[in-house]
Amino acid sequence: MNFLPLWRYQNQLIDGAIVTLELTVISALAGLLIGIAGAVALKGRITPLRWLVRGYIELFRNTPSLIQIFIVFFVLPNFGLKLPAFEAAAVALSLYFGAYSVEIIRAGLDSIPRSQVEAGQCLGLSGWQVFRHIILPPALRNAYPAVTSQFVLLLLGTSLASQVAADELFHVAGFIESRTYRSFEVYAVICAVYFAMAMSFKALFAIVGLAAFRWPRRR
Amino acid sequence: MALVEIRDVHKTFGKVEVLKGVSLDVEEGEIVTIIGRSGSGKSTLLRCINALESVDSGEIRVEGQTVHARMPDLKKFRQRVGIVFQAFNLFPHLKVERNITLAPLLTGRIDKAKARALAADVLTRVGLADKIDAWPEQLSGGQQQRVAIARCLAMAPHLMLFDEVTSALDPELVGEVLKVMEAMAKQGMTMILVTHEMGFARNVANRIVFMHQGRVWEQGPPAKLFANPETPELASFIASAK
Amino acid sequence: MRSFSLIDFVSLFAALRWTVALVVLALAFGAPLALGLALGRISRFAGLRWAMAACIQVIQSVPLLGLLFFFYFGMPVFLGIQVPALIAVTVAYTLYTAAFLGEIWRGGLEAVKQAQWEAGACLGLSAWQQFRHIIAPQALRMSLPPTVGFLVQLIKGTSLASILGFVELARAGQVVSAATFQPLLTYALVAAIYFALCLPLTLWSRSLEARLDGSR
Ligand SMILES: Nc1ncnc2c1ncn2[C@@H]1O[C@H](COP(=O)(O)OP(=O)(O)O)[C@@H](O)[C@H]1O
Ligand SMILES: [Mg+2]
Repeated sequence: MNFLPLWRYQNQLIDGAIVTLELTVISALAGLLIGIAGAVALKGRITPLRWLVRGYIELFRNTPSLIQIFIVFFVLPNFGLKLPAFEAAAVALSLYFGAYSVEIIRAGLDSIPRSQVEAGQCLGLSGWQVFRHIILPPALRNAYPAVTSQFVLLLLGTSLASQVAADELFHVAGFIESRTYRSFEVYAVICAVYFAMAMSFKALFAIVGLAAFRWPRRR
Repeated sequence: MALVEIRDVHKTFGKVEVLKGVSLDVEEGEIVTIIGRSGSGKSTLLRCINALESVDSGEIRVEGQTVHARMPDLKKFRQRVGIVFQAFNLFPHLKVERNITLAPLLTGRIDKAKARALAADVLTRVGLADKIDAWPEQLSGGQQQRVAIARCLAMAPHLMLFDEVTSALDPELVGEVLKVMEAMAKQGMTMILVTHEMGFARNVANRIVFMHQGRVWEQGPPAKLFANPETPELASFIASAK
Repeated sequence: MRSFSLIDFVSLFAALRWTVALVVLALAFGAPLALGLALGRISRFAGLRWAMAACIQVIQSVPLLGLLFFFYFGMPVFLGIQVPALIAVTVAYTLYTAAFLGEIWRGGLEAVKQAQWEAGACLGLSAWQQFRHIIAPQALRMSLPPTVGFLVQLIKGTSLASILGFVELARAGQVVSAATFQPLLTYALVAAIYFALCLPLTLWSRSLEARLDGSR
């Protein structure tokens, strides 16, 4: 075991980690937007749209993310949509994250009892005011653990983008391995970097959660 | 003109007709207590008065205005009619002060500078001035229900509806809530309340309304109604409530 | 270049064998380990609780792909001998399964109220008897939906073994796709096979969940 030969690749590692973070954050934001839109559609009255959203959720939750990335990268060009590796991975991961987000957001909204809405209406609040001030804060709190743990899974899942040669961390690992032939050391270090990133996010989310949701839980 | 006029109201859920032609007038300053077996339509009637449900036929007028889920000024109307439920329904993520001031602020009744004073004022009226900075979850059931009443009072309603507000409380906490309601009655608030507290109904109400199978079965002053029920249904209800 | 033919079709389905084999191996070794982790997490000994929590944290904070490479290249380093790739991959999937199932089952165990243990103790049952006859059945019922949900996660996860050269479903897809130049058809077919495997489990998990909610 010899980790020294890896030392001179630290800049590549840092660059890779940054691309991984970019891929994660972009996919998470896009996925959350999809999730909100999907949850609204599921609550809506347009039946075909509800079916479409359900189909989307099942399709993306029941097939491997890796295959989804392959399809966006290798198959879409046949239809004239040729995306570079990073963009292809971002699209696939956004759709994957979105499929989970829809359900999480919907469950969060559903967790608020009807009586809370009525209490707001009885005080003369408008529909938007009820949503913004009465439904949203507790719904966010209820959805928060699921969203954040899904975010960490997304962070780890971006490693699959290496398989279409996006320049993220895991791809950098392959590059360093090919230069140093220190396969085990390289992947041990890479795992440690992912671990550090994942733990940092978990700590960050825990702190943000404590700061944002101060009210006591129901007994 | 009575403050509340209910004329031959019918309401059906699916195939079940819950209100089968209810008529009732409530004068300003009157305290009307609705009693009756579970399922007789008491809650549904209150919810119709507040436009939480809309009636199938008949009419409900409050202060001369016809009540309907799609009425113009529904929000303004709701601010004039306070309702308190069995299950408190405080907002768990807002402190007591904010629970009370949220609606007055959002609906433009008051400005920020006066909000805390308003909360302190209505809390004093329910005897909870010291809980202004508490979270709802830190309060007992009786205290939560009093905050729910204070939250309504902050809207300065012309009419208060109470739906079994003490039914979810431990017995030792019932008294403190009834005391607050009694004080409100003394100050001249018009109140329609559904309750199983027969003592309270007897002592505070001007009129008792006995609902049975979706109808107003019998009504009158408490002394007469409890002493000489005219219908066997009311007699057996009074007997079973003792 | 050749056109997509029956052979390709068959080779995709033949590759299912490996997908299934990897899932079975992961469960066979991972499930008992998961039970150990879950019990350790609710143990009376704080040290044990912390150690188990740390193990689970570490595994859940590393990409599955990273775990696979780590053990693929690491086993020879740890053991000093070459080991078949299957063993390395099995170790990785086992740990992955153990961590996730362990956490799910801990959740189930903790959801059973403390009073249930006490009730068992009052009846004079030993700790093991309390667990076996009172706690475990209730915990199992509660953790079944997420357990089935994880199974879907695991099936999808076996697609990563393709990257280490296992000719399971995803890898067979790549091979066929390269040979036929028909990525659309091939990947659609691969996705459809995964979908057919996973969807029934997802639906089952959801109906279990609904039934549980209904009974609460
Ligand atoms: N939203 C609703 N949907 C269907 N049935 C309802 C609904 N609300 C009330 N009911 C039915 O109407 C009847 C009267 O209910 P309610 O007004 O709550 O009676 P009470 O308050 O006197 O106990 C009951 O049989 C109840 O099941
Ligand atoms: Mg009722």
